[in-house]
This record gives sequence, structure tokens and C-alpha cells, in this order.
Amino acid sequence: MQNTSLESLIPEAESDFAACGNINDLEQAKAKYLGKSGSLTEAMKGLGKLSNEERPAAGAAINVVKQAVEAALKARRDSILLAEQEKQLAGESLDVTLPARGQGKGGLHPVSLTLARVESLFHSIGFDVAEGPEIESDFYNFTALNIPDTHPARAMHDTFYVDAADGSLDYVLRTHTSPVQVHYMQDAMKNKSDMPLKIIAPGRVYRVDSDATHSPMFHQVEGLWVDENISFANLKGVVQDFLQRFFERDDLQVRFRPSFFPFTEPSAEMDMSWNGGWLEIGGCGMVHPEVFKHVGIDAEKYRGFAFGLGVERLTMLRYGVNDLRHFFNNDLRFLQQFGR
Amino acid sequence: MQFSEQWLREYTNPTIDTDALSHLLTMAGLEVEGLDGVGAEFTKVVVAEIISAEKHPDADRLQVLKVNIGEADPLQIVCGASNARVGIKAPCALVGAVLPGFEIKQAKVRGVESFGMMCSEKELGLAAESAGILELPGDATVGQDIREFLGLNDKLFTLKLTPNRSDCLSLVGIAREVAALTGAELALPNAEAVKSTIADSKAVSVADQEACAIYSGRLVKGVNAQAITPTWMVRRLERSGLHSISAIVDITNYVLLELGQPMHAFDAAKLSGDINVRWASQNEEIALLNQQTVKLDKDMLVIADKSGAIAFAGVMGGASTAVSDSTQDIFLESAFFTPDTIAGKGRRFGISTDSSYRFERGVDYGRTLQALERATALVLEICGGQAGPVTAVNGTLPVRVPTKLRMAKLNSILGITLEENLVTRLFDQLGFDYELKAGVFEVSPPSYRFDIEREVDLIEEIARLHGYDNIPAIAPVADLRMLPDDEGRAARHVFQDILVANDYQEVVTYSFVDESWERDLLANANPIKLKNPIASNLSVMRSSIWGGLLDVLVYNLNRQQTRVRLFELGATYHHAANNTYAETTRISGLAYGDALPEQWGEAARSVDFYDVKAAVDNLTFGRAEYLAAEHPALHPGQSAKVLLDGKAIGWIGKLHPKWQQHYQLPKGVVLFELDFVALQQRKVLIYSEVSKFPPIRRDMAVLVDEKISVSELLNAMQGAHVEFVTEIGLFDVYRGKGIAEDQKSLAFYVLMQDSQKSFVDADADKVMSSLLDIVQKKFGAELR
Repeated sequence: MQNTSLESLIPEAESDFAACGNINDLEQAKAKYLGKSGSLTEAMKGLGKLSNEERPAAGAAINVVKQAVEAALKARRDSILLAEQEKQLAGESLDVTLPARGQGKGGLHPVSLTLARVESLFHSIGFDVAEGPEIESDFYNFTALNIPDTHPARAMHDTFYVDAADGSLDYVLRTHTSPVQVHYMQDAMKNKSDMPLKIIAPGRVYRVDSDATHSPMFHQVEGLWVDENISFANLKGVVQDFLQRFFERDDLQVRFRPSFFPFTEPSAEMDMSWNGGWLEIGGCGMVHPEVFKHVGIDAEKYRGFAFGLGVERLTMLRYGVNDLRHFFNNDLRFLQQFGR
Repeated sequence: MQFSEQWLREYTNPTIDTDALSHLLTMAGLEVEGLDGVGAEFTKVVVAEIISAEKHPDADRLQVLKVNIGEADPLQIVCGASNARVGIKAPCALVGAVLPGFEIKQAKVRGVESFGMMCSEKELGLAAESAGILELPGDATVGQDIREFLGLNDKLFTLKLTPNRSDCLSLVGIAREVAALTGAELALPNAEAVKSTIADSKAVSVADQEACAIYSGRLVKGVNAQAITPTWMVRRLERSGLHSISAIVDITNYVLLELGQPMHAFDAAKLSGDINVRWASQNEEIALLNQQTVKLDKDMLVIADKSGAIAFAGVMGGASTAVSDSTQDIFLESAFFTPDTIAGKGRRFGISTDSSYRFERGVDYGRTLQALERATALVLEICGGQAGPVTAVNGTLPVRVPTKLRMAKLNSILGITLEENLVTRLFDQLGFDYELKAGVFEVSPPSYRFDIEREVDLIEEIARLHGYDNIPAIAPVADLRMLPDDEGRAARHVFQDILVANDYQEVVTYSFVDESWERDLLANANPIKLKNPIASNLSVMRSSIWGGLLDVLVYNLNRQQTRVRLFELGATYHHAANNTYAETTRISGLAYGDALPEQWGEAARSVDFYDVKAAVDNLTFGRAEYLAAEHPALHPGQSAKVLLDGKAIGWIGKLHPKWQQHYQLPKGVVLFELDFVALQQRKVLIYSEVSKFPPIRRDMAVLVDEKISVSELLNAMQGAHVEFVTEIGLFDVYRGKGIAEDQKSLAFYVLMQDSQKSFVDADADKVMSSLLDIVQKKFGAELR
């Protein structure tokens, strides 16, 4: 066999392989050269007929050609596989803009969003969350907070009374979250808890009032910090810090105005700067000695501050809600905006 | 408390403008909640006198007037008011005047030149309606600016006073406060004693001289009850929100506003015998001035004569002795009743008057007599008559106990350092008497302050005067200690987040609901009722959240929503022992409409029991068990009690079709409600060894009677604690072809594992045969 004819197999194979469009054809074309009776296989078989002297050179020559054919085969195989894979992938492509399948997602009520932020901010400086009953005894809602029976301040609290079987008016729907202070301080004294007492008490409160700007049920969050050295300046510090963090505005101004609550003294209304004016945001003050007396805390040794904030008011300002009634109508078109 | 700024400035006139005064009051705790002008804003309107009036040549209803406005030539004005006539004085808007809504221009009216306009009250914004032009009194100065003449450059302050500041329920009180805050001079109204010109008097006796510590009165005889109240007084009353009634009543109201002392005038002719101030007898009747007849309690004080009670002391006078147009002689009363005596008494009858409002907060007992003199002087001036001598009973006045203020306490409460001399100056400004010894002030509060009884009252007073703005905001310094974090009690947000992830929207509904919801849905015949509900459909406290959720569902269906999934986390309210109440926090959900949001890849299907059960499983972390049970709100075949650790914690089920129909709901509703505290409880996990050997799974399908529940089979197999079994679960339910009508095929998988060695088929066969044995014996199950 002539080397020249052997070498001509290389372009021949390359051309045969190139003509193959798929792997099956390629395997058949491969057989022509490397199969049982392929030309290169035959050439190898022919080596046996050669003398010992001729065999190595002839063998080497065949191997060179064989390697070249195998390389051409591999290159063609890779290219066919790649093309096939590309074709398959092209066929499998999706419209990725089609909506997802499966369950949707709900959302939290905006009041919950606010309460969660309030709790988290106060938690970050060590305030615990306390709760108390909403059907509250007259004692806790009023008397223990230094609002005796005939006190004019009672008239300020349009109170819902529970219609008791025995005709008494001993229970009310709590008009504020302040009674939680009393429960908490009483429990703390009973359990001999360590000072300081630092809680916030969020929850529902009730007033007999219903119009565009008043809801008969709304939410407040009460705050209380009792310790040996807590001052009015600290009250201002904590409230201002909270409002600036809650609204994420360092330039937010907080104004304290003298006011009157029977359970704090000195008392203040808190206003915050908003759109060039002042907005009332809650009430606060130093815990009144009479309240400390009711719960058995020594007012000479300890002092404390307390504040109450309107949760709906905070929510309205934070999210630009302009109508209090949205919160309790529960229109999904309103609520779902807060889940997004 | 509403008042005129001009009136206030008559007593004290600080050199600050209206806005600054308003800010000052607000920042001192006397919140200005309203600051309004008097009438509308307008310019160039003067007092004019009509000097001639001719008929308009071309219009029947118009007149051509010549009016004098104090200039050389009269103005010609065409006027349509029927009361325009020669000789009267009226406001005239000149050319160029700007009135509410329009400007006055020189004009021709039906061919006649007009150089201005005669004005009505309505046109000046002084009244909503008025007939004809405003006729001014004859003594009005022609040419004077009408704003000046009517005192319209005034501002009306409305204060929102806190209950402790009764001392500011009068012009004198507010003036005193303004003077204390600004250091401006204080010039209070004249209070000279009126000399009596007749000897007639009434004897007065007071039964409880503590409750009524001062009672003073005097007769004024021969008064003209029909006298006209002077304009200045009417104007001041109106600017404080009081209408003029009659001269005598106006005078008592005026003194009330000026000095804060409630006054009363009796028609002396209707009094029989002496005056006696005493406690009412139980159920003693009195007909009051407001036409209301009330039965008094014996803790109420009355003014009485021989005929019985003639006034509800400190609250309201009686009808039988009221002054009228024909009154000739009056008995004027000025008294001091302690706050406790009056507080809450009128309210028992729904009565609150200017008088009771002041007495229950505290009236200055240092001015009782002064007020009587002031009222007498005004009566004599306006109504004439002759005054008799004052009869007064002086009982036991409230004791103003000197109160101590320690400088150290002051500074520690406020968190700042104030100097003694500053505090001294502030007490001086307030007009409080004090002594200072070694850092301790001993302060005797004045008779007009009822809110200074404790050290902390003085601390507030100093803080207020010093200015809350001058107390810095300081972050507290405290020990850093971590808060407890109870891992055995999951936080609220965990459960809220689970339901949000399950496509439920949180809502907040009222705690008070329609009584019918309680009765129908919950068979609660005795819900907690409210004495004074805001509306009849919000009259009872909810014992379940479902009613509120259904209400929200209906609200949203009416607004074109078709798929509604809601939850609420909140309290429910229940009766407890001894007439007390208990509250349970619950988490409650509702699903309506399609199981999934409308989408291209899944066929639409209505939500059912098992969809909602998935939410409950998630809320209970797969620990819940379900026990078929009936509930008045739920479909009897599709409802279950939810058990956690064997304890019932709530319900799940489909709304009973009758309630679905009742609420007119086109599709079924699935509801759940769970006790929240029970949900929160969880065990802190203890790790168990993960086996190195692979688990083996075997499946087993059995035929059982329809009536047997899956959980019965599972409980029996799991309960047997067959060795090596780590998990048994259901993976298929089959009914139909090849299965008898009243049977079903249940397919279970069983996972087995040995932690010590590989598990072999022979072992698995043994396990499966013992499980089969259990269900065969107990439920008659057949291997399929």
C-alpha cells in the first residue's frame, strides 16, 4: 500500500464526516474508516504481511493517519452534539414573562406594620411588651390612675360601659392603654422584679365617638420606664428618638406642651413638626406619685415616665393615609397596598 | 373657654402680637384650639348717615340716597334696601372697598351714578342672613371706619383648658396668667363695694358650712327688667359664645365671664321666707330653668326657701323663682361651693352648666363678694333700682396647706439644674406666697388655684413657666442588660407571617358586633352587652372573630372582589365567674372563592376544607389533629375540632349552607379559629441521632369502610409503636371502579430504619405484617 493513498484518506474522511448531519450518519461514516472492515482497520491488518523491517514504519504511518481521522471524527461529533443541544435548548425556551404558578401572598394590616416597627424600635433599647385586658375594671381604668369617680377628667373619656347582669357599672371598655401600666407595676412589685421597669403596651382602646376623625375603637401604644434616676429630660429624649427613628427623619422636631393627665405630673402633649406645622401625636408625663402609691412603689426613691401614642395617627402620617375610616372598613383594595 | 382678645388686653396688654400671644398660651398649657376673626375681612367701609332719599326714576324698588360720610360733599348711592331712610346711620362701602367676594366700583345703576354701597350684616360677613342694611345706633360717629366702630379688629381665642386650670375660666384669670408669663402689668376691673340705699335684706342660713363655705346675697329693688343690655356687653358675651337674653341674666353671665364667679338672680317677689342652703332630701323634686324636673339625691345641695328647693346649688336655678320681664325686685346670689360638693351631681341628670363646670373644677373663693358687688353695680347702672345690704354666711373655707418644694427633687425630676433665684422669680411672677429655707420652698397657693397640693404640682408649675422647650431632650443612661427571650413561646409575627405566606390578608374588625351574629353563628344566648353601644348593630362583645370576617367578606364581595382570604388576630370576650370577664386571644381565618389566584397553569377550583386545613397545619407546625364535630356555624359533615397535644384549641369547617344563604354568598366559605396562646406554646427541640443506615420504604393499600377515618387508622398504627417504624403517612385515597360502594382504598407508606444496622427485606416484611395485623383486627381492613 502506498503511503500517499493512505494519506489521502484524511481529506476523504474529513469530507465524509462533514457531510454527516447527525450522530447516526457520523457513526456509519466512521465505520468506513475505523469499522471492522474499514480502510484503516484493513490497513492495520495488512501490517502482518510486511517484513519485520518494514512493519514499524508502515505501522507508524497508519497510526498518523488513524489519529488524524479520529481527531476529525471527534471534532465533527462535538460540533454535531453542540448543534443538537443548541437546537434542543432553542426548542425548550419559555416566555419568562408568563406569571408564576401557585399560591399568592397576603399582607399585614397597616396597624400591624406600625405596631411591629414600634415594638422593634423600643425593643432595641430594652423595652418589653406588656398586655392587659380590654374589658377593664373601673378601678384600673380610672381610680388607680388617680381619676376618682367624680373627677372632671372622666367626662373627657367618652366611656363604653359593660351592661352587667347585676346592673353595676364596674367594668368598662378601656379608654386608654394606661391601665396596663398599673397591672404591670403591681405584678412587678408582687414578683419583686428588678428595676428598671421598661415596657410598651400596645392594644385596642375604645371611646364612644364615631365620625370622620374618630373611631369608636382604635389603637394606642403606652410606654413606661421606671427607675431611680429617670427624668422629664429623658422622657423628651426617648420620645424624640423614637419619632425620629420611626419616621426616619433626623430633622423631625418634637414639641412638648404642658397639659394635664391625672396619672402623670408634669404632663405634656407631644407635637411633632409636619408639613410646616405641628401635629399632636400623644400625651406623656412623669408618673404621678398617687399612681405609684396605688401599686406600692416608693415615689421618693423611684420615678418614671409614661407616654401614650395614637397608632392610627402614626400609621396615617407614615404611609400618607388620609382617612381614619380606611383602617376599619377593611376594603381589600386599601389593605392589599400594604402587602406589596 | 372663648374670649375676645380686645377684652383681655383691657386687663393686661403685653407687647406681643396676636400670634405670639396664641403661641405663648399654647406653650404654657392653655392650648389655643381656635383663633378666629370677627366677621369677614373687608376694607373701606365707614359709618354713613342718610341725609336724603329719592325714588329712582327708572326702578320701583331702588332709591337714590345722599349719604354723609363726614366729608365736605355727600355721596350719591343707589340702594335697594327697603329700610334705607333719611336719618338712620348704616355702614357704607366706598368705591374701592373689598368685601367678601366682591369689590365696590363706581357704577351706573339703571342710568343713575352710584358711588358706593350701603351694607347689610350679611354683606360684611357678620351674619348668615340679614334683612336690609345694618342700622347703627344714633351715636355712631359719621365717617368712622366700621371695623373700629364695631370693634371688628378683634380676635376670638378658643382655649382648650385642662380640668386642673379652672383659674383660667375667666377673663381675669387668663389676664393673670398672661401677666405671669410675660411680666406685663395687670389692671383688673374696678371692684368697689356698692353702698346700700335701702335696708331690705334676706336672712340666710347655711346647713353645711364646709360644702357651702360662702353664701352672700343682697336685694336690689325697683329694677327695670326690660332694660336694654348695652352694646359693649352684648358684644363681649357674644364673643364668648353667649347670647344676650335679658339685662339681668346678661349681667350675671358677664360677671361669670369676667371674674369666673357663677352668679344667680332670683325674682325676690317669688321667694317665700328666708334663704336656706341645705342638702336635698332624697327624691326632692325641683323644676329647673331648662324646663327639666329632676328628683334630687341627698348628696346634692339646694338653695331653699319656705316653699322648698328653689335652686340646684352650683348647677342651675329653679323655674319657680326665675326672673322675667315683669320682675321688679331681685335677690342676687354669689356663693362658693367646694368642688366635691358639685362634682358629678349635674351629670347624673345629663346637666352641665357654665356654673357647675366651674364649681366642680374650683372657683376662686377670694372673689365671691367682689363678684356680688360687681354684679350689683352693673344692675344699678343698667337696670336701675336700689341695693340693700349684703347678707353673707362665711363658713369653713378650704385650707391651702403650704406645700414644700425641694430644689433637689425639682432638678432630679426635670433632669436639669435650675437655680434658686430663677425659681424665686417664677413664684413671684405667679403671685404665689412662699418662704425659702435651705433649698426648700414652702409655698402657700392662692385661693384661685385648686391644683397645687403636692410637691409635684409645684414642679410642674415651675417647669411650665420655665418652658418645656427649655428642658433638653436627653437619652437615658442605663445598664445594658438583655431581655429574656422565651423560645418556648413563638412570637405573634411568626403566625401572622405564616398566614400572609399562605395568601391570607390581615384585617382588623370591631370588638363589638351585631348581637344576631353571636346568637346565630355561635349559639351564644348571653353575649357581653354594652350599656351604651355606638350603634344597635355594635351592641355586644364578640365571642368569636368569624362574624367580623364574614362582614368584611360581604363588604368586599359588594365591591366586585371574587376571591377573599382574610385573617384576624385579636381578643374574644367571655363571661367569667363572679360577674367578671375573660379574654382569649384567637387567630381566625376565612377563605372564599378560588383556591388559587386566577392563573394560566392551573384549572380554577373553589377553595375547600383541605385547602384551609393546610393553613391550620402550617400554623400548628403539623402538630394538629382533627376530630369531626358539629358547630352551629359550620356544615355538619365538614367541620372539625382542632386538637393540639390532645387539647381542643379551635375549629375548622365550611360555613353551614343556611348561613351561606343567609349572608347571600354565591359560594361556600371555609373558616377556622384557633386559641392563639395554645398555638404559641412549643417545646424547645432536642436533637435526635440521624441514622447512618438508609431507610426502607414499603407501601400498603387497604380497603376499609367509608366511615373509618384516616386518622383512626394512622393513630392505631402509629400508636402501636412497632419497632423500626419512623414514619407512616397516607399518599392516596381511591374510590370507584373495583371498590365496593361503601368502601375506600387507602394507601400508606411506611418508613423503617434501624439505627444499628442495615435494614433487610425480611425485617421489613415482619414490620408490614404486624401493621396489617393491627388494621385488620381493629377495623376489618383488607389488604388490597
